[in-house]
Amino acid sequence: MRRIRAFGHFWWDFIVGDDWRAAAGVVIAIGVTALLVEAGVDAWWLMPVAVGAVLWLSLRRAAAVSR
Amino acid sequence: MTAGFLIASAFLASAVEFVEALTIVLAAGITRDWRSSLTGLGAATIVLAAIVAALGPALTLIPIDVLRIIVGGLLLAFGLQWLRKAILRASGFKALHDEAEIFAREQAEARAAGQEERAGLDWYAFTLSFKGVLLEGLEVAFIVITFGSAQGRIDLAALGAGIALVLVAVVGVVVRGPLTRVPENSLKFAVGVMLTTFGIFWSTEGAGAHWPGDNASLPGVLAFVVLIAFGAVALLKRQRVALA
Repeated sequence: MRRIRAFGHFWWDFIVGDDWRAAAGVVIAIGVTALLVEAGVDAWWLMPVAVGAVLWLSLRRAAAVSR
Repeated sequence: MTAGFLIASAFLASAVEFVEALTIVLAAGITRDWRSSLTGLGAATIVLAAIVAALGPALTLIPIDVLRIIVGGLLLAFGLQWLRKAILRASGFKALHDEAEIFAREQAEARAAGQEERAGLDWYAFTLSFKGVLLEGLEVAFIVITFGSAQGRIDLAALGAGIALVLVAVVGVVVRGPLTRVPENSLKFAVGVMLTTFGIFWSTEGAGAHWPGDNASLPGVLAFVVLIAFGAVALLKRQRVALA
């Protein structure tokens, strides 16, 4: 059990890292893009905007913690 | 254009990881025992080759749109970690990555560790080298597999990584020390930008949207990511000055 937990922790740390909110923001943005495409909107512009916002919020949190 | 971008991205990302792996192998070899350190390097290389050989062909069975949405999402989550750390370093909110300092720390820990011999090897040197190369190499394998599979050209991504491996190994043998002159912090910034760019590009395509001009829009996405990254550095630097 401990090994499975360690294995899961390794991959979580490897891909998600120390800010799970940024990874969650990415997943939500991809989902919203897919929904807009389904609704007939070619939402190619959404991911760049969403990534910019997710990155800035993540940076602000990290900067606030390091102060 | 996309092929060159793909090779360059895989090369840069792999070079950064290989420089870090070299530091660990050198610390274990110089401080403890070269044979054990190099055996660790070899064993980790075999495990990594097996992972790439198993996952690479398996990914080609997944439909390209599904693959791109998964790869794009993974690259974005992964790339944003790199970019975030690089921006925090560039703006002074995080200490710069210092290969000489890491080398000295690894050496001190290697000297302090007790002697344990298994299978005729210095077990500390073997495990230090094995774990270091495996962990850094996993990032290279992840990048090669994701970049290559999403573009349908694992060969090009592997070529970029292979060139980086040969270059770092040759320079490492010549220098016989950690590659402190490699501008790692700048390289990590560039890699974060490229991972994020490809992540945005492929996740958008995977979600079913179409970029204006298809692949020709990739430089535009790159320019956008560079702009927000440097903009964030400037804003955070200003915040630091205001706080001081």
